[in-house]
Amino acid sequence: MKIIVCIKQVPATSNVEIDPATGVLKREGAESKMNPYDLYALETALRLKEKAGGSVTTVTMGPPQAEAVIKESFILGADEGYVFSDRKFAGSDVLATAYTLAQGIRILGDFDLIICGKQTTDGDTAQVGPEVAEFLGIPHVTWVRAIREVTEGGIVVEQDLGTSFVTAELKFPALITVEKEIYQPRLPSYRRKLQTAGKQGKFFSFSDFADDDEEKYGLRGSATQVERIFPPEINQDRILWDGDAALVANKIYALLKGKNFI
Amino acid sequence: MGQLVIKQTRCDLCGECITLCPFNAITQQGDKIEIGPGCKLCKLCLKNCPRQAIGLTDGKRPTIDKNQWRGILVYAEHHGGNLHPVTLELIGKAKELAEVVGHPVYALLIGDRIGELAKKLLQYPVDKVFTYDAKELRHFRVDVYTNLFADCLQEVKPSIVLVGATSIGRSLAPRVAARFRTGLTADCTTLEIRENTDLVQIRPAFGGNIMAQIITPYTRPQFATVRYKVMPPARPVKEPWGTVVNRTVRPEFLQSAITVREVAPREEAPGITEAEVLVVAGRGVREQKDLSLLEELAALLGGQLATTRPLVEMGWARYTQQIGLSGRTVKPKLIITCGVSGAVQFSAGMNTSECIVAINKDRNAPIFQLAHYGVVGDLYAIVPLLIAQIKKGREKIAL
Ligand SMILES: Cc1cc2nc3c(=O)[nH]c(=O)nc-3n(C[C@H](O)[C@H](O)[C@H](O)COP(=O)(O)OP(=O)(O)OC[C@H]3O[C@@H](n4cnc5c(N)ncnc54)[C@H](O)[C@@H]3O)c2cc1C
Ligand SMILES: Nc1ncnc2c1ncn2[C@@H]1O[C@H](COP(=O)(O)O)[C@@H](O)[C@H]1O
Repeated sequence: MKIIVCIKQVPATSNVEIDPATGVLKREGAESKMNPYDLYALETALRLKEKAGGSVTTVTMGPPQAEAVIKESFILGADEGYVFSDRKFAGSDVLATAYTLAQGIRILGDFDLIICGKQTTDGDTAQVGPEVAEFLGIPHVTWVRAIREVTEGGIVVEQDLGTSFVTAELKFPALITVEKEIYQPRLPSYRRKLQTAGKQGKFFSFSDFADDDEEKYGLRGSATQVERIFPPEINQDRILWDGDAALVANKIYALLKGKNFI
Repeated sequence: MGQLVIKQTRCDLCGECITLCPFNAITQQGDKIEIGPGCKLCKLCLKNCPRQAIGLTDGKRPTIDKNQWRGILVYAEHHGGNLHPVTLELIGKAKELAEVVGHPVYALLIGDRIGELAKKLLQYPVDKVFTYDAKELRHFRVDVYTNLFADCLQEVKPSIVLVGATSIGRSLAPRVAARFRTGLTADCTTLEIRENTDLVQIRPAFGGNIMAQIITPYTRPQFATVRYKVMPPARPVKEPWGTVVNRTVRPEFLQSAITVREVAPREEAPGITEAEVLVVAGRGVREQKDLSLLEELAALLGGQLATTRPLVEMGWARYTQQIGLSGRTVKPKLIITCGVSGAVQFSAGMNTSECIVAINKDRNAPIFQLAHYGVVGDLYAIVPLLIAQIKKGREKIAL
């Protein structure tokens, strides 16, 4: 089975704050890491390979530095890794990101299964996976919480739809996005770290892509535009009680009674 | 739309833009500042560059005729013969937006034997309900549903498409949006509309730490998934005026690479998202057994117990009880938080609750910024007294 895993490099912290006076973002450090949800996608791929054989290829779209997450995936067990990187990809929203990933994946040739994380911690949309599937014209199932079996030419997965669990069979090639509960990601092994130390990601840029319509990539290929960002509102009119426990308990009681909760 | 450019002659490599960029998109490469693929064109760097070294180039962008796209279409999700409540919330919002620009409101209903549901939808302010009714549509299969959704959009050409940010909605909407090569904003909490029919979409980003305002200015339709329980549901209309349009389910639409083998309902009590009253336990609760105290309070108020994430991580509560960004969004009539600090990731999931009461012994806890009624004190002292009082009140009534 040939499996492709989409992974993304994200800021190491989501603790951004806006200075209310200047509207400027305050951010501690600019460290980055692999999107935590993608570790589950990679783990799922590695387990499937261990069971059914084949190979695991990781792909990412991002700046050249994003190769770091590809190298990290080698340490965890990925066989191959690709970075789709070009200045022309700058400014991509979900639509352009998914299109770029789909174009890049096409270069890699035939595959059976693409696995994505449930969502990213920065983009946080959970939309890239389904859009990649649409651009490749393959079926997808989101929120997969368990792999039931690998069949002849397909896979049976269990999906968490909130109010129900759906067991469905997908014909290959297909795409799934996985939930955290699917498998516990392994830790990087020191031995593999040494083994893969010199291994590099392979780079593809715009000129390698079959579709050379610049209008479909980066900022120009993006349909959404962030107009502004601002801090969440906080509630201004509030009542604060303190002091003797019996007294405040009384006040809460009167409040609940007054609002007909009791 | 354009593209950001660094005017190298002005730039003194001060690095201000690198630290400012919320998307980590700006880096220094040698003696040059580079704007990378992460750029979302928020223009923060442009506005704040001390040397005005960042400019915006004009991008030629094909303009579409926005007048060709009319109406707001709501995807009507349903389960077990009932409309998902988010559907009515979307219709309410759609009507409000539609009135601003004088557009009609449509609903799209896909399923097996959905005639009754279509009639039910007509009780709300919709002009047309488009239905695709066939036994093969009993289960949600994303490829088939996408075909039907696309068929409807091709026919109707709506300006805006609203889909609930539910498990199904968030799987279906991106697929349809990609087919139309248009924008989709995920998980919106506020929607407004401009006179030129541009939808102003506001959603939490970076784990709820900031809000982002997003538009889809160059393509149609504009897609948004909308969070459940943040908007008030539509009210039934006195004299319904809408009509049902039955659309043909052509055989080619039904071709699928997905076979649903089994659908098992989640066998759990109705979740915290449905509850009208919630009592929330945070890390201020010292031991797992103390949760029974808060469970008792919840039961007395006819509500349920919810928790913050650390309690779920410790195994004290189920994931389905977690409120917050990585948990459930709730909007109960009453929520009483006990020993909850009020981290943004938590409050993102409950800050639209109608009445928020917070008990916390730390006067500076962020939860007090949010609470309508803040109570500074020890939950171990206050909650038992409150429970006793409620019980005493009950006895009196019983007498
Ligand atoms: C990406 C991301 C996603 C996250 N998603 C979520 C999420 O979905 N939901 C969520 O809840 N968290 C989430 N978190 C974690 C979140 O940041 C906070 O860590 C968490 O909400 C804190 O939980 P808490 O308020 O119970 O605990 P604490 O922050 O430890 O607060 C405990 C509070 O109890 C008070 N207290 C202590 N003893 C008493 C007493 N006897 N009486 C009264 N008050 C007392 C203390 O003063 C303190 O304010 C997320 C974090 C990240 C990074
Ligand atoms: N730039 C990217 N490169 C590779 N994979 C990505 C990228 N962006 C998103 N993904 C994949 O899509 C999933 C959902 O991302 P998002 O839609 O941003 O929440 C992630 O968990 C990744 O598997």
